[in-house]
Amino acid sequence: MTSVQVFLALIAALFLAPMAVGVLTGVDRRITARLQSRLGPPILQPFYDIGKLLGKEPMLANHWLAFCSFLYLAGAVTSVVLFFLQADLLLIFFVQAVGSVFLVIGALTVPSPYSQIGAHRELLQIIAYEPLLILVIVGIFLATGSFKIEAVYAMEQPLLFKLPLLFLVLGIALTIKLRKSPFDISASHHAHQEIVRGVYTEYSGPYLAIVEIAHWFEIVLILCLLSLFWSTGVVGLVLLLGITYFVEILVDNTTSRMTWRWMLGTAWITGITFSLINLLWLYYG
Amino acid sequence: MNILSNFLQTSRIKSPWVLHFDCGSCNGCDIETLAVLTPVYDVERFGIINMGNPKHADVFLVTGTVNHRNKKVLKNLYDQMPQPRAVIAIGACGLSGGVFRDAPNVVGGVDKVIPVDVYVPGCPPKPEAIIDGVVKALELFAAKS
Repeated sequence: MTSVQVFLALIAALFLAPMAVGVLTGVDRRITARLQSRLGPPILQPFYDIGKLLGKEPMLANHWLAFCSFLYLAGAVTSVVLFFLQADLLLIFFVQAVGSVFLVIGALTVPSPYSQIGAHRELLQIIAYEPLLILVIVGIFLATGSFKIEAVYAMEQPLLFKLPLLFLVLGIALTIKLRKSPFDISASHHAHQEIVRGVYTEYSGPYLAIVEIAHWFEIVLILCLLSLFWSTGVVGLVLLLGITYFVEILVDNTTSRMTWRWMLGTAWITGITFSLINLLWLYYG
Repeated sequence: MNILSNFLQTSRIKSPWVLHFDCGSCNGCDIETLAVLTPVYDVERFGIINMGNPKHADVFLVTGTVNHRNKKVLKNLYDQMPQPRAVIAIGACGLSGGVFRDAPNVVGGVDKVIPVDVYVPGCPPKPEAIIDGVVKALELFAAKS
């Protein structure tokens, strides 16, 4: 990459991508409201929420909470920047994992029962989707022969034709990452007054805003991983991402929250079975 | 700098997250307050979300008669809300103690325990009146900042 390209990639990763996800979240809330026969908030509502939270008084139950929220953001931002700089997929995966773990550590530093239960649920979510992500990355390696993102862009055929089942597996990981039903057991976008919002309970004011922004970056990362499956054309890529996200919203509104046992069982059994079939087909086919 | 502070002020008005605490009594105001959050009145179109967590909330909706049992809880919830915050007392009981004001266990209105910004009268107040109360509280936010 030339230095101009690196500069453009940095701007895209640090500003354009999270802004786009902010608007996407607003559209998501709007569509969800329409599906429930409501009007829904303005499309820029997520930005208003973040702005308001940044302007609030910082209140901390434990100083490690602030540290952990900044590290969560740092992990998420670094992984997205690495993706835009076309780095190694494994490196991106591990940086992302470190970021998500710091959200949990932050929640665990406060001895509030809600926060503790939320942290444990978030840990279970991480356990549920991390193996799926690594299997998807292994699939990409088997299809392209390299862990580098450049290798995917060098392909002439979209990855989707080689890894259709792994795309579905990544969809499960996306649902867990987006905190959508039926996997919204640790920090649902809805149900703010329930224990399911546990992992966010102790983050407040500007620190909650930082956690939300970090969550946007994580969504960027997963959407980027999805976009790798149609790297040959922009139209196909946008269509694929749009359809996938709309299906996520539909699933969110038509399913109910399940228990962590069900989440772990479903994510692992369907995810690992689908991955193995796809990987065996790639290996022997 | 000016654009930034303008954005902060707009977002403060456009995104009031409410915390709802019912001190007791007949629960009429409680039910009306929850009715505001249903798809019928759909306050989410103003960015209002029921938070249920004082650390995330901006507007504190209090209904019912404050008594000696729950005044500590009320104070505690209020203290956990970060600034800027607004308190709205809802219904005759929240304003003065209502028909229960002479009972020995009753403290009186919400303003005996925490400072109240907006009073919404009624027994119970209509959901529209409660939405009006929140809008009034937002005007206070705008005046404060």
